[in-house]
Amino acid sequence: MLEKLLLNHYEAAAVILSGIGLTNLLLQRNLIKKIIGLNIMDTAVYLFLAAKGYVAGRAAPILLENGSGGWVTSSSVYVNPVPAGLVLTGIVVSVSVTAFALALTLKLYESYGTLNIDEALLRMTEQQEELEAKVDEAEEGILS
Amino acid sequence: MNEELKAIWRSLFDWVMGNGPRPENEVIPPEPPPDLPFTLKPKDKYSRFHEATLKERYSQWVEIHGLHIFSIVYSGLSVLTCVVVVSLLLATVAELPPFGDEKNPANNEVIRRYVEHGGHETGAQNIVAGLILDYRAFDTFGESAVLFTAAVSVLMILGASRRNKQDNELSPNVNEDGKNFLQRGPPIKTFRKDDAILRGVATLSIPVILMMGCVVVINGHLSPGGGFSGGAILSTALILAANAYGFERVHDFFNERTFIVSSSTALMIYALSKGYSFFTGANHLHSIIPKGTIGNILSGGLILPLNICVGLIVAGTLYGFYALFSEGDM
Amino acid sequence: MIVIEWLLLIFLIVCAIAVSISKNLLNSVIIFMSYSLVMAVIWVLLRSPDLAITEAAVGAGVTSVLFFLALRKIGQMGHKEDEEK
Repeated sequence: MLEKLLLNHYEAAAVILSGIGLTNLLLQRNLIKKIIGLNIMDTAVYLFLAAKGYVAGRAAPILLENGSGGWVTSSSVYVNPVPAGLVLTGIVVSVSVTAFALALTLKLYESYGTLNIDEALLRMTEQQEELEAKVDEAEEGILS
Repeated sequence: MNEELKAIWRSLFDWVMGNGPRPENEVIPPEPPPDLPFTLKPKDKYSRFHEATLKERYSQWVEIHGLHIFSIVYSGLSVLTCVVVVSLLLATVAELPPFGDEKNPANNEVIRRYVEHGGHETGAQNIVAGLILDYRAFDTFGESAVLFTAAVSVLMILGASRRNKQDNELSPNVNEDGKNFLQRGPPIKTFRKDDAILRGVATLSIPVILMMGCVVVINGHLSPGGGFSGGAILSTALILAANAYGFERVHDFFNERTFIVSSSTALMIYALSKGYSFFTGANHLHSIIPKGTIGNILSGGLILPLNICVGLIVAGTLYGFYALFSEGDM
Repeated sequence: MIVIEWLLLIFLIVCAIAVSISKNLLNSVIIFMSYSLVMAVIWVLLRSPDLAITEAAVGAGVTSVLFFLALRKIGQMGHKEDEEK
């Protein structure tokens, strides 16, 4: 198994990277680090896709000129262009996801003053209880 | 035997209900008459010390130890999940065909088709550009729409609350004599005038970066690059300008209104030019736009204008992210 | 050539682990930036120059700038310890 993993070293590295990203997502309590973990998972998937499209000894998928003024269109010259197209769109979407998540994190920080998700939840429940106590007081005031 | 079982059952019941130790000679008070309004509760029937019931003891225990134990269990489970997932995936990877082999199943007839016919079907020298902007142009259109939507959502999240908050508040400002004064409305951003090195470098490098971005966008069908990367390079030029000359100078020619107008116009042009196959009913093989000769700037049919549209959207969006995150406004 | 590939892949994994265990948020973001740059080099090795340009401009440039701006807003720049640890 190890020799085969060494043969497929790009894919193995991609899998390990995605595992690290998943661990980050699950274990980190800091939201910024969670977002970085998500980004690491993204890039791991892209690495896997691009590694599947690579063929050793071939050129990048940009048409080369042959000697007589035409273009080399033999498919045995270029690497697979489809993963590049897929990953290209994915990279830009991951940026927009990152920006959106960071904006939400900033909003959370403005409201609760912390990046730690557990503390934010605690403060959220505290605020909820305070609000409920206030509502109860107001109701008592109305009743009396 | 039966008596012993009953005793065990009774002690268990007492332990669960939180009743204290049973006195030797237990006196059971007589049942109160049912019509009296204020009667003793059934709990007080036995005059015994009331301990915490099992439920109360459980909730106390949860309050003291629960979070700790939960975090331990959670971390253990998540590490276990990750290890299991990674080992499963590694076992799968070990069975994959070798990396970089020609006979991999990924290199099938789809790829041969794209590479052999992509050149004269799309007119683009860069096969990836022909792929994402001609064969799969709707995919790219949806993705540009995703970018635009993300920028608008960030604008809503970060921009709106700030504007509401600061419209009617007094905010501190510094006037020209260096004195502080309060002014209604958002604070005037002071011009960072003492950064001569940054401004000099920016003056030299911004034209180069802008030109590089334009080259990458316009040559998208000839060389690596295209709308996405070129737009990102253009946006870095804008970000550098905003950092060096102050936010106000960029705001003069690129603000929220410009962003919305240019991005929606680019999206509309994209949708109309790629949506013609809906209106004509053809599977857009018979395009009226000439393909041109491969390798010229004016080739590739619609790829060049679509690249420019995508570049506009990406540049505006990424600069918009920067402006919203740094100033909270565009 | 194969040695460079191995070095880059090991660098990626080390970077990913360092991001996870770094206590300072600013350090994490800078390490992530270098991770993206190495990823751009790997795209070139995998013969995907389109991806390399996009990753260098978007992943290493704009994403890191966004993270830096978020950290500046939060006020964690220059602090030794982050809030959690």
